[in-house]
Amino acid sequence: MLKIEDLKASIEGKEILKGINLEVKAGEVHAIMGPNGSGKSTLASVLAGRDEYEVTSGSVSYNGEDLLDMDPEERAREGVFLAFQYPVEIPGVSTTNFLKTSINQIREHRGQDPLDAVSFLSRVKEKMKLVEMDQSLLSRALNEGFSGGEKKRNEVFQMAMLEPKLKILDETDSGLDIDALRIVANGVNKLRNEDNATIVVTHYQRLLEYIVPDYVHVLYNGRIVKSGTKDLALELEEKGYDWIKAEAAV
Amino acid sequence: MPELYNKEGLKARFDNWEKQLNGEKSSDFHSFRKESFDSYLKVGTPSRKNEEYKYTGLDKVIEKNFTEDDWNRSVEISDQAVKDRIIQDLDAYSIFFINGILNKELSHWDELSKEINLMTVKEAFEANEKDCIENFGKHATPESDPFTAINDSLTNEGIYINIKKGQILSKPVMIYYLNYTEEGGVITHPHNLFVFGENSQGEVIEKFDTIGENHSLSNIVSEIVVNRSAVVKYYKIQSEHNGNVHVGNTQVWQDERSNFTSTTLSFGGMMVRNNLNITLDASHCEANMYGLSLLKDNHHVDHHTTVDHRKPHADSNELYKGVFDDKSTGVFNGKIFVRQDAQKTNAFQSNRNVLLSEDATINTKPQLEIWADDVKCSHGATTGQIDPEQLFYLRSRGMDKQSARALLLYAFAMDIVEHIGNEQVRNYLENLISERLHKNF
Repeated sequence: MLKIEDLKASIEGKEILKGINLEVKAGEVHAIMGPNGSGKSTLASVLAGRDEYEVTSGSVSYNGEDLLDMDPEERAREGVFLAFQYPVEIPGVSTTNFLKTSINQIREHRGQDPLDAVSFLSRVKEKMKLVEMDQSLLSRALNEGFSGGEKKRNEVFQMAMLEPKLKILDETDSGLDIDALRIVANGVNKLRNEDNATIVVTHYQRLLEYIVPDYVHVLYNGRIVKSGTKDLALELEEKGYDWIKAEAAV
Repeated sequence: MPELYNKEGLKARFDNWEKQLNGEKSSDFHSFRKESFDSYLKVGTPSRKNEEYKYTGLDKVIEKNFTEDDWNRSVEISDQAVKDRIIQDLDAYSIFFINGILNKELSHWDELSKEINLMTVKEAFEANEKDCIENFGKHATPESDPFTAINDSLTNEGIYINIKKGQILSKPVMIYYLNYTEEGGVITHPHNLFVFGENSQGEVIEKFDTIGENHSLSNIVSEIVVNRSAVVKYYKIQSEHNGNVHVGNTQVWQDERSNFTSTTLSFGGMMVRNNLNITLDASHCEANMYGLSLLKDNHHVDHHTTVDHRKPHADSNELYKGVFDDKSTGVFNGKIFVRQDAQKTNAFQSNRNVLLSEDATINTKPQLEIWADDVKCSHGATTGQIDPEQLFYLRSRGMDKQSARALLLYAFAMDIVEHIGNEQVRNYLENLISERLHKNF
């Protein structure tokens, strides 16, 4: 589904990603771990198409197409979804309000008829339950005055609504208490199937107790320095990142 | 050199006009005009050297774009042109001014007359209507503004509406000012007076449209008297037209426990100046002022507002927003006076702007003069661009850039529109704004 080769990216002339290689197949869950500043969020942003980052070399192929050549909205329409680490607040725009436009533009792109108001609302009701979200939140201004947990649940709710193929969760666990974490992880797990893939970006192993990855990669200093199974995450939890840094320095 | 709209030009016009007035020359109404003209001659038409008109050089624009022939343009208008400009779903008493001349036939004149005291201003003077004579030109005085002085001198058309004590208007009064310029430029000077009696309620909507290729100049004055405990909602809607020059003076006077809300929506014009002045002349009254400018091309809209807190325990609240694209220019000047007597005043003002292009400009200036010491006053002004984070967020959800931009600007504008209590007017504006934003307005 996704093939990243020797990806290098910089922001304001500073190189953050220094040659990433990663392959993700349908049905898989990959965790990307690493210390602060290692480039985890940059990778997520580059995949979603945030334009402050300049890709200086390498390629990203998504279902055989050049992902880097697409605008953010094209990526979304092709099934890429980024759950933001810091979801923005948008005064005056409610979640349901913008999602209806989004979904119908995505459907148009896929050659489907637009959802009418009734089917849209029934889908909203169904997906809300997935993250135990209160309907009142959805008619309020997007993320305005939401707690950290509510913002992250709203991200997963939107993910459920848009039915993406490649889901990227950027530090979705940051700032969540254990109950919220469980709800969010539970929502993500229910959306897993054989046809879609998930990339979980996280600093801590805790989230991976709930969203169990098939592969764990350690990102350090702009490169993937170690890959393994979920046991690698446990090892990191136990030993911290210092041994990775030491190994990478050799 | 005599020009069209300076002292010399207007003097020649005024003198010549007076000669043709016959009997009307000795009327009280004309005496008012004559005194106003004397007052105007002391100051003349303001240029940009006048601090109040620093950003809005109306004198030059008027001289450049209008000719003598524009003073007496025919008032023919096609039915379709009228139909296209009315708010279809609004159930209201409509009043039409075509090229500045009241058209009773098009208007719901008889229907509205049955409900309230309705006359032309001249009729009211002739009938010696006390409320009219006591208030007409007493709030919008010739000294208050040079353009008001010109209007006071030249006005020959206008309506007088008196809503009596305790009366609640069953429908809004909707005034359409249609300037039909297919055959040439149009110059108009209407001057209206609305008196809301004690404990009365009502809505007044003024809508301005220029139709046709040529220019139109509206120098209009509306005086609104809000007596004790009256509740008044006032809306001013200006449609876009790049040949439209508009100078509007809305003068509001409020008595005790009254409540007045004004919403001004400006969608463009070659040069538009809106003066909104509110005098809070008693305690426990409230004034709300909302404004929205949505401009593109070379359009220029200047909002000057004044709230004069004269007595204690009164509140004013003001929010003006603007979106400026292309080479458009906005001006916001908000004055708040809190007199020494006006203790316990609450006065809030905010001006927020979005610039969509490098060439768009906003000049914003809050001006607070506070003589009382126990008051709560605040003001703030912000100017920015569309937030790239918000734009990226919406695009990352599959929405194209233009829809995302339109949605963000729509939300920004709705902050003003949502204050409009009248559902039909609100729907009309929501649709208008949405349509314009999606067309890259």
